[in-house]
Amino acid sequence: MNERWMWKGRRPRSLKAQEARLAYMLVAPTVFIVLLIVIFPMIWNVILSLEPIRLADLPRVNLLDFHHFTLRNYHRAITARGGYFWKVLVVTFEYTIGSTILALLMGLWAALIVRDAFPGRNIVRGFLLFPYIAPVVSVAFIWKLMLDKNIGVITLLLARLGIPPISYLTTRSYPIHIFGLEIGVPLALVTVILFEAWRYFPFAFLFFLARLQAVPEDLYEAAAVDGASPLQRFWYITLPQLYAVAGTLFLLRFIWTFNKFDDIFLLNGGAAGTEVLAVQIYNWLFARRNVGVSSAVAVIMALVLGVVVFIYLRWFVQEEE
Amino acid sequence: MWSRETIEWRLWRVFRVLSILFFVVITAFPFYWMLNLSFRPFGDVLLNPLRWVPRIEDIRAALAPIGCIWHTAPQCEAAIRNSSYVAVLVEYGFLTYIRNSTIVSLLTVTLTLLFAIPGAYAVTRLDFRGRNTLSWGILLIYMFPAIVLGIPLFVFFVRIQHALGIRLRGNLYAVTVIYLASTLPVALYMLRSYFPTIPRDLEEAALIDGCNRLEVIWRITIPLAVPAIATVALYTFMIAWNEFLYALLFLVEHQPAWTLPLGLQQLDSQEVPRTFLMAGSVIITVPIIVIFFFFERFLTRGLTAGAVKG
Repeated sequence: MNERWMWKGRRPRSLKAQEARLAYMLVAPTVFIVLLIVIFPMIWNVILSLEPIRLADLPRVNLLDFHHFTLRNYHRAITARGGYFWKVLVVTFEYTIGSTILALLMGLWAALIVRDAFPGRNIVRGFLLFPYIAPVVSVAFIWKLMLDKNIGVITLLLARLGIPPISYLTTRSYPIHIFGLEIGVPLALVTVILFEAWRYFPFAFLFFLARLQAVPEDLYEAAAVDGASPLQRFWYITLPQLYAVAGTLFLLRFIWTFNKFDDIFLLNGGAAGTEVLAVQIYNWLFARRNVGVSSAVAVIMALVLGVVVFIYLRWFVQEEE
Repeated sequence: MWSRETIEWRLWRVFRVLSILFFVVITAFPFYWMLNLSFRPFGDVLLNPLRWVPRIEDIRAALAPIGCIWHTAPQCEAAIRNSSYVAVLVEYGFLTYIRNSTIVSLLTVTLTLLFAIPGAYAVTRLDFRGRNTLSWGILLIYMFPAIVLGIPLFVFFVRIQHALGIRLRGNLYAVTVIYLASTLPVALYMLRSYFPTIPRDLEEAALIDGCNRLEVIWRITIPLAVPAIATVALYTFMIAWNEFLYALLFLVEHQPAWTLPLGLQQLDSQEVPRTFLMAGSVIITVPIIVIFFFFERFLTRGLTAGAVKG
């Protein structure tokens, strides 16, 4: 008679109320953790961004001194070093969009070639997932070493093809000549984007592959009977089936790449025009030791992400209708 | 004359073979190169950067210390001195980092499952106010920049240390709790999509037979969800094992608490031969690849269930 003991002195509750009570007990630990390490830091981050705090003052300063609230951190974040912030913002978008699109295209390409069976397909599929599952730290260092100016295998192989050995990850701008015009390629940024595409295409690959394998075979057969060539079948049947999944993938990869810190930090620390918002936040905190401005940039970053995702979803949903 | 059909078909087949080769090379070669460099002395790498296969004697020298575990030969000291693996493991403390990474990863798996299984059960099977908010809210966390959570937590840790004298920075257990911010959403999301596939009738039958809900979860839901739970456990392990940013923010000041990714990153300096860096990379990467090959089927399914962010 457990039940009676639990509810003694009160009216026995309805089954529904009991169920809800149990549910709250079951989700309580998760909710507690989320409040502790997600919600509370989010709120506190906003408070920190309104206060003039430097890293060295951190142990002593009164963090809840509401009289000193100021927007100066935001002002500083945006105007410091002659508006460098805007450059970082632009680079963040170039990096995010470039890597996302390339990763999706590579993933699509890989999915198309692995769709139909061939000897050793399972092994190839396993290989294709390596870049994604291996630890960032090790793949970043492998690429860093392969791109080393003096002993990098890629640098040396390209040198044999006539490209002079350069430091790919730390060259801000590399002049190339086309029809007498000199164009500066942002080499480090391009290299970082290629690395991202290499590392994250497997994610798109798996989603595209799953979707491709779900396209009904008779669609292709019907089209072949009607005289559609393989290329036409790809263009008019396969591609339209992939739009929805491509839209979702774009959104997910966009968000995750936008938030990325590890990859650039490990490859070149944000040098040579590759500093993105996440790296800038870290640099404000540890290189320039300014907690307030660092938090201000963090708030801006979260807001920018929120706005972009909102616009994308609005636009995407309208397209669907 | 060939028809358009035949021409396109033949071109596609050639293109496909070339593409497969291309993808195999770009995905496998970097890992092969890591192994290659990790077995060679740095001097040889500087002299012959394009040596495609390590010399036999270099491989033998790199593996020689293994023989010294069982019996000490006079040449053992030299063997140990010449192996980049021994250097990394012993001199640069990777043995400690392996231990730390193992503790953190296993603890993260345990805590994640302990929290996520009841949570996901409640969200899928029980009716309560705030249920939808909760399951959507968790997904949103998954989209939130880790660095933005990192800074206030860092400030919080510093303050706690000064106010209460509790050292949270450099504390493996504190960092494990923070790892839950990245693993709980994954775990809840995956379990939430798996639990509905367990037949409700079984649970209801058990309830009628006098089990309470907790017993139902323990005796019916969990045993039936073993495949999903295994997938979640593997992913959580991999996330914790690979994690770098939080380790950098919260562990860097206390070397005995470094995890493998942090230990490897700290090796990246001019004074350390690059071959050591590669030996360290092998040590971090091999367990993940082994896990992956053993459980590939589970893991691939989990990936497409939207499981792992990267």
